[in-house]
Amino acid sequence: MYDFLIIGAGITGSLIARDLSHYQCRVAVLEKDNDVANEATSANSAIIHSGHDPHDGSLKLRLNLRGNAMYEGLCQELKVDFERNGAFVVAVNPGESQTLVGIYHKAQERGIPCSLLSRDEAIAKEPNLSDDVIQALDLPTSGIVSPWEVCIAAMEDAINNGVELYLGNKVLKIEKKEESFVVHTTKGTYESKFVINCAGVYSDQIYAMVSDRPGFFVKARKGEYYVLDKFDEPLVTRTIYPLPSEKGKGVLVVPTIHHNVLLGPNSEIIEDKEANDNTFNALESVKRDAMKTVKNIPMNKVIRTYAGLRSSGSTGDFIIEEAKDVPRFVNVAAIESPGLASAPAIAEYVQQEILAKKFKFVVKDEPRIERRPWIIINRMGNEEKQELVKQDPRFAQMVCRCEYISEGEIVDIIHRNCGARTVKAVKRRVRPGAGRCQGGFCEPRVVAILARELNLSPMDILLDGDDSKLLIARTKE
Amino acid sequence: MRTIELVIIGGGSAGLASAISAYEHGIKDILILERDKELGGILQQCIHNGFGLHTFKEELSGPAYAERYIDKINEYKIDVKLNAMVTHLRNDRTIEYVTPDEGYVTLQAKAVILAMGCRERTRGAIAIPGYRPAGIWSAGTAQRYLNMEGYMVGKRIFILGSGDIGLIMARRMTLEGAKVLGVAEIMPYSNGLPRNIKQCLEDFDIPLYLSHTITRIEGKDRVNQVTIQKVDERFQAIANTEIVFDVDTVLFSVGLIPENALSEEAYVSLHQRTKGPIVDETYQTDVPGIFACGNVLHVHDLVDWVSLEGQKAGISAARYLNHEVTTGKSIAMIAGEGLGYIVPHRINPNNVEKAIECMFRVTKTAKFVELVVKRDGQVLKRIKKRHLAPAEMERIVLTKDELMGCVESIQIEIGEVTL
Repeated sequence: MYDFLIIGAGITGSLIARDLSHYQCRVAVLEKDNDVANEATSANSAIIHSGHDPHDGSLKLRLNLRGNAMYEGLCQELKVDFERNGAFVVAVNPGESQTLVGIYHKAQERGIPCSLLSRDEAIAKEPNLSDDVIQALDLPTSGIVSPWEVCIAAMEDAINNGVELYLGNKVLKIEKKEESFVVHTTKGTYESKFVINCAGVYSDQIYAMVSDRPGFFVKARKGEYYVLDKFDEPLVTRTIYPLPSEKGKGVLVVPTIHHNVLLGPNSEIIEDKEANDNTFNALESVKRDAMKTVKNIPMNKVIRTYAGLRSSGSTGDFIIEEAKDVPRFVNVAAIESPGLASAPAIAEYVQQEILAKKFKFVVKDEPRIERRPWIIINRMGNEEKQELVKQDPRFAQMVCRCEYISEGEIVDIIHRNCGARTVKAVKRRVRPGAGRCQGGFCEPRVVAILARELNLSPMDILLDGDDSKLLIARTKE
Repeated sequence: MRTIELVIIGGGSAGLASAISAYEHGIKDILILERDKELGGILQQCIHNGFGLHTFKEELSGPAYAERYIDKINEYKIDVKLNAMVTHLRNDRTIEYVTPDEGYVTLQAKAVILAMGCRERTRGAIAIPGYRPAGIWSAGTAQRYLNMEGYMVGKRIFILGSGDIGLIMARRMTLEGAKVLGVAEIMPYSNGLPRNIKQCLEDFDIPLYLSHTITRIEGKDRVNQVTIQKVDERFQAIANTEIVFDVDTVLFSVGLIPENALSEEAYVSLHQRTKGPIVDETYQTDVPGIFACGNVLHVHDLVDWVSLEGQKAGISAARYLNHEVTTGKSIAMIAGEGLGYIVPHRINPNNVEKAIECMFRVTKTAKFVELVVKRDGQVLKRIKKRHLAPAEMERIVLTKDELMGCVESIQIEIGEVTL
């Protein structure tokens, strides 16, 4: 019997699991996919928003502000990158300028560091702002992270400290018992006193397994993006927002923590919760809109397009509460933007303000096992590298020519406690395939390493989902 | 830090040929850095015939062609590091590389030949809409799986782009028992060699859809369908021209891009059109002592021309190291109407012995035309051409006399129809 069963290993589920791992309790996480961070966590804008955007009085606002303040400490503890690169919201005509002043006053009231910049002041800091930009709101506390790295690191840290992770477990049915829930998945049965529903776009369906009247629904909001190759001279150093609209924050130009640039997203509510395809019209609109705020965008440096499906809840706010009709069943649903920015604060809120009312948390006696950071050869000094190669020459066998990744780094992330099992999971952790050749060079090598390390045939290696085998037959002799 | 006379980055067809000719011209202290586990580069996965018709007057497979050069490298005992990835190249010709044997090594080269070849343009780079499941590869990656690793990537294949690797793979997969349902090419002409269109598509009844592109890839885990559409002259899809194919695999053969990350790090200037370094008559870039040849310089159609270019770059590097290259005023080589580029991009006639061969590509197909060579704006000569196509590299020879009379520039352009 577990004390807490978390459904969904995205960033909220993983951070909740990590928070709970500080206390004397049994925690398991169920994830339908073959890796953590596999849905919205891997396909969003990767921004830690300052908190200028959510509505007054919303849970979104409260948790965004708190989450933004928590990120530095969190990323230090998890040993992943975080950069407070700042952001500009830009106005491109006098009408927008008026609205921008309104956002500025609101940000000030909220205690968010900010200032209004004239065009000249803004251009001095971001020379590639478009010629139409007449004013900018400078938000220096805005930041960037790799969302999946935060999620994976949080899960590694949680597992180090006692949490159990079960991948490939899609929840089929939840039985309510007197004092517990029995959760049936495609792979097994798990019993727990509490269930924490972090199932993203499927959180309404998970809730409906225990409730006759769920009271909310979650739709998928699709956002499409371009990824640009690394730049010698940065296109922008800050995140550039247009003025927000009723559909969201608009098409952004975002420098990433890995020195790429993202353009996107558009915003479209769709019925199919799995339809993360790219469409011609959306990509065209993203391109057009991005060019309204930033000029000189080199579209010949596009290396990939992607689409993310974010939860869009029927209430307009995050839905984070113990279900009124199902005691000990906690919904953490409709985590749409600013969900990433809020994630550590969501975890804290769930533990301290929801679960603590029903469960007596006692801090574990034993010291925490710290997470060992990823080995990143490309960032090491020469002596450090040589030392590592002496121990294991595979750290000098290069697998990826675009991002300079060695075989040793890949082997390491396969054998970690939240280790990679798929090609996509390897890419997510150490980035082979994330560069300009998109795996053209490294993919056969990554497949061979995965097969060898997992003791599988290369024909069993998956790109991502269970039906995503890469190789389908041996060649004729 | 160890100093080496000549370091060659890349042990493919260009690198091998350049090493051999530099050696034969007196340079004995040579090091070839190759990132793969064997020499030969992409030739090793090209197991089909058709290599070496010009160089050896016989048809060889890729590995057999490479073997001839590798044998020479061994005979000359030229130093080779395998599994050696160059991580940095600086404009003072210091090189950092890494191998499992030696770890991370820095060395100083007196001359460097860039021979890194090219990479394939990807699906992501051209933003083809649809899903991003398993079953999507560049043709060369699928070729590696098939010919090097011994695995088939699919049973029902559609190919976007009529580049030569795509055409070769259409035949290769068919011979392995797969069904290739078609090849779509966005241009109104094929981007592959005519002989490959004939031998790889027509002989196997594989349809080629010119002026078509893929507008949709379906399949959430694995590809299950592609849709192609006809495009207009602005390459926009035309409504109601959709053709749907049930396939499990899409291969992309949509262009090759010279692999110049290292060149850029060393501040080597690149040409906008070729995406390769700008070079002079000695294949030297604008960074002294750094030379370039093969597909890193400009994408070739035949390996024979790659080897030939490697040979010339090797001789030049040897002459440079022996202080036999003279500096002085150069003639600009200008790609006029109908030409994409000319390599070399500038010529100092003093370094030309008797004549120099220039390579170029045209930007559109043309029949029965003249190539007009203008010297300082005046017509120098006209050369009749029955057929010109962007897929095929063209060559033209300029004699020393023709060059010596030139002050500023030589321009080559496509002239009038000569019928």
